[in-house]
Order: sequence, then C-alpha cells, then structure tokens
Amino acid sequence: MTAPLLSVENLRVSFPTPAGRADVVKGLSFDLGRERLGIVGESGSGKSMTGRAILRLIRRPGHQSADRMMFDGLDLTTLSEREMRKLRGARISMIMQDPKFSLNPVMTVGDQIAEALRTHERLARKDVGARVIEMLHSVRINEPERVVRLFPHEVSGGMGQRIMIAMMLIPQPDLLIADEPTSALDVSVQAQVLDLIDELVRNKGMALILISHDLNLVARYCDRILVMHSGKVVESCAAKDLHEATHPYTRGLLAAVPRMEETRDELPVLDRSAWSGT
Amino acid sequence: MSAISLKNLDISYQSKKVVRDVTFDVAEGESFALVGESGSGKSTVLKAIAGLAPDWTGEISILGQARSHKVDRDVATRCQMVFQDPYGSLHPRKSVDTVLSEPLLIHGLGNRNSRVIDMLAAVGLDQRFRFRFPHQLSGGQRQRVAIARALMLEPKVMLLDEPTSALDVSVQAEILNLLKRLRREQGLSYLMVTHNLPVVSFMCDRMAVMNKGRIVEIAPASALHDGSFTDPYSQSLYAASGGNPDRKEMA
Repeated sequence: MTAPLLSVENLRVSFPTPAGRADVVKGLSFDLGRERLGIVGESGSGKSMTGRAILRLIRRPGHQSADRMMFDGLDLTTLSEREMRKLRGARISMIMQDPKFSLNPVMTVGDQIAEALRTHERLARKDVGARVIEMLHSVRINEPERVVRLFPHEVSGGMGQRIMIAMMLIPQPDLLIADEPTSALDVSVQAQVLDLIDELVRNKGMALILISHDLNLVARYCDRILVMHSGKVVESCAAKDLHEATHPYTRGLLAAVPRMEETRDELPVLDRSAWSGT
Repeated sequence: MSAISLKNLDISYQSKKVVRDVTFDVAEGESFALVGESGSGKSTVLKAIAGLAPDWTGEISILGQARSHKVDRDVATRCQMVFQDPYGSLHPRKSVDTVLSEPLLIHGLGNRNSRVIDMLAAVGLDQRFRFRFPHQLSGGQRQRVAIARALMLEPKVMLLDEPTSALDVSVQAEILNLLKRLRREQGLSYLMVTHNLPVVSFMCDRMAVMNKGRIVEIAPASALHDGSFTDPYSQSLYAASGGNPDRKEMA
C-alpha cells in the first residue's frame, strides 16, 4: 500500500482562557489517502479547528501541536511560514462556509479567481483569462464572460459558492478541505454544489475532507466518516455503515434528525450523560 | 373560525411586488408550513401578518378579526413571531428578565415577576438564566428565550420564521419538541416558514409550497410520506430534499 496523502497523529489545538488553556482538539489522529473523508460533529466539537490546523491557520493566541503531520512527504509541523504559504491554495485549499464573508467585496469575481492562479503560477495574462473562463465553465456558471466582471454582491449565494469553488480549484490542489460548504445555501442549490464538488474531486483524483454537521449529507458524499465530540473522534466508520454506528453519541445524533416520513411524536434528545460521565 | 385567513394578499417592497395573490386559511390549532427557496416570499408573508411589511393589499385576518395596516396592539396580544436567528433577535444589552418583562410593561399587565418565572419554566430554562445576557447563553438557550418572549402575552397564533435553521441537529430536536409540546399544552396555532421538509413532516399538518412569490400548491404533510405532489416545482423541491420521487409509483 502506498503512503497516505495526509497523515496526522496526535493533533492538539488549544486556546487560553482565564481558567487555563482549553483544548478544543484533543489528540486527533487519522490517515487520508486519495479518498473522501467526512468529519461530523456539533458546533464546538472542534471539526472546523481540525480543518484549519491542517493548513496551520490557527492564529494566536490559539496554539496547535502534533506528533506528526505529513502531507505527501512534507512535514507540515516544521515547514517555515514561507513554505506553508506556497502550499496553501496550491496543494491544499479550503472552501469556507459563507461566500458572503469570504469573497473580497471590492474586487471583481474574475480578478479574484485570477489572483488565486497568479499567486501560484507564472502565466501570460491571456492564458490567465482563458483559464478563469474555463474554470467558471466547469463549475457550471452560464455566461462566464459576463460573470467575471461582476462584484460579489451582484451574484446569488449559490453562484458565490461556485465562484469560491472555482477559486479554490483553479491551482489544482491535491487536497480540498470543504468546511460546511453548503450550510449557507438553499436545499435545492445545496445538492447542486455538492454534486459539483463531488464530480470535480472524482475527475481530478483529489482528496476531499468534508466538514459538516449534517450526518446524512456527509454519508451521501463521503467514503469514510469521523464523528467528533468535544475535540475527540468518538467513532470512525465507512459511510455506508453509518446507520449501523455503535457509539451512543453517533446514534443520538442520527436519531435527532427529523425524517421525511416522520411518524414519531417526539424526537429523541441527546442524553449527554451517557458517554461523557459528567 | 380560522386562526389566520389570507385573501388575495399582494405584498410589495417599494415598487417591487414580491408576493402575489396568496390565499389560504390556517385552522385553529393547526400547524401550517410555508416552504420554498430563499427569495420565494415565504418570510415576507409572515412579516406582513406581523405588521413588519406594511405595504400590502388584500385581506389579513387573525382569529376572525381583520388586521389594519397600522401598528396594532390588539394583534400583538393574539399573534407573535419567532425569528430565525437567535443571535440577532435578542437585544445584546438587555437581560433575559428585561426582554421577557417588556411586553408585559407595554401592555400594562401586572404580576410580572411570577409570569416571567412561569414562562422560563414552560420553555425549559433554569431560573438561574433569568438575569443573564444573551451572550452568556448558547444558541439553543437563546432560541428558548425568543420563544418565551413571543409567548409572554399568551398569544394563540405563533409565526415561526425558520426557528431552528441556525441550530445544530441535536439542539434542533430539543426546540422542535418544545414547540410541539407548547402547542399541545396551550392550544396554539402555528404558521411556520422553513425550507427543511423533514421538519415540516415532524411539526406540521399542512403546507403551502411557494415559488417566486406565488403559492404553487397546498398539500397535506402526508404528501411527504408518499411524494404525492402535483406541481412540478414541489416535486423537484421534494426530490432535492432527499425525498424519493418514485415512491408514488412504488406505493
């Protein structure tokens, strides 16, 4: 078996509080090949912090440490800030939650996508323009020639998220981290955006880490799932076996989701005392 | 008598008409859902009923009494609204106690102390939260406060604008259970806006599907079980939400 693309061992992230350092990620370990990994958990479970820590984007006073964090032969824990910058975007990129807050409001869409490309590759201006148009085509934006001249406030939420995806994929990264890519979008657009990410990931042979609180969504789009609770992985399973999950926390989360054919009179609520012992 | 009755309701923002020709009745004690994509006008209908979108024509009546275009204290005692975002809908510098007492003060109701205490208990909040500020509460607790605020005047009709979409699934389950229990105990009628069809299946008896400012279909919640929608737009919305479009044929 070949070495995994990303290998993380004992990842810890902590923030200082008046009562001492609070660990938000407590010793997380996983290996990722060229596959689609889902990380699920409630707010505050540390799932987004895990995504950020992989890119070493935990800002001070936050602190991260890991025994091992290898990405394709590179040791992410020892790289200089300059080398990390080269890696971010070009080889590992991240799609954020809300396009409204992640796009630059005073730059046109075309310029922003071109910037992502120019930062990592030297290309003639004509080629940059062509690549941008081509990328927008592949995220299924109609009339890309018109859209490149628009500003972010002139596009809808779904389109904004597609623009984000285009921007993140244009340098052709090996690993894509999608942090709640669709929670700001409508149901009907959600499926389109995820299908699109799925298709691009498959075609380019990228690895994907999909971070979400929606268990069913993650089960549909990933091969493997990590369930996180208060900074730790409580369960890891293949996506197709999610409904046979054994941990009480996972089972509780699954049961709390209303179903389309709902007949229960009351939804079961998580009994937090069952596994944390407090 | 119906809890809410809308007839030929058109709503505009400035010169732009965003909702056209909406007509439906919510029976007393019923839980009715408005579903659709963002921009379909579903929240605007709620706002018009609550008096937040005053530029409308047609008829709105609540519990048999027609609503005027002005601020109406009478409506406030019969009909209250819960908003989507518990982070945005509570005043950051007012404590839970102040927020809950304010409606009583405005309407000149006495016995405020015990009413606040009772209401906190009814929405499942411990008494120690009474003098806290919104930033000292979690999202689910804040939404409980927002629901308590809406219930302070003991209205019979509640307008719910995506009450759980900003919350985690486990917290969503708690709030949905709470809303269901309150409806049973206090005999409330709900008009709920959501784009989450499984939530409709859990909470509601009937739903209206909206698209581009119009109601395209009114269906019973049981349509979510068998997929028996007639309008193509409702069918596509159902399919996008993970409903099985072939279920009708299978059944």
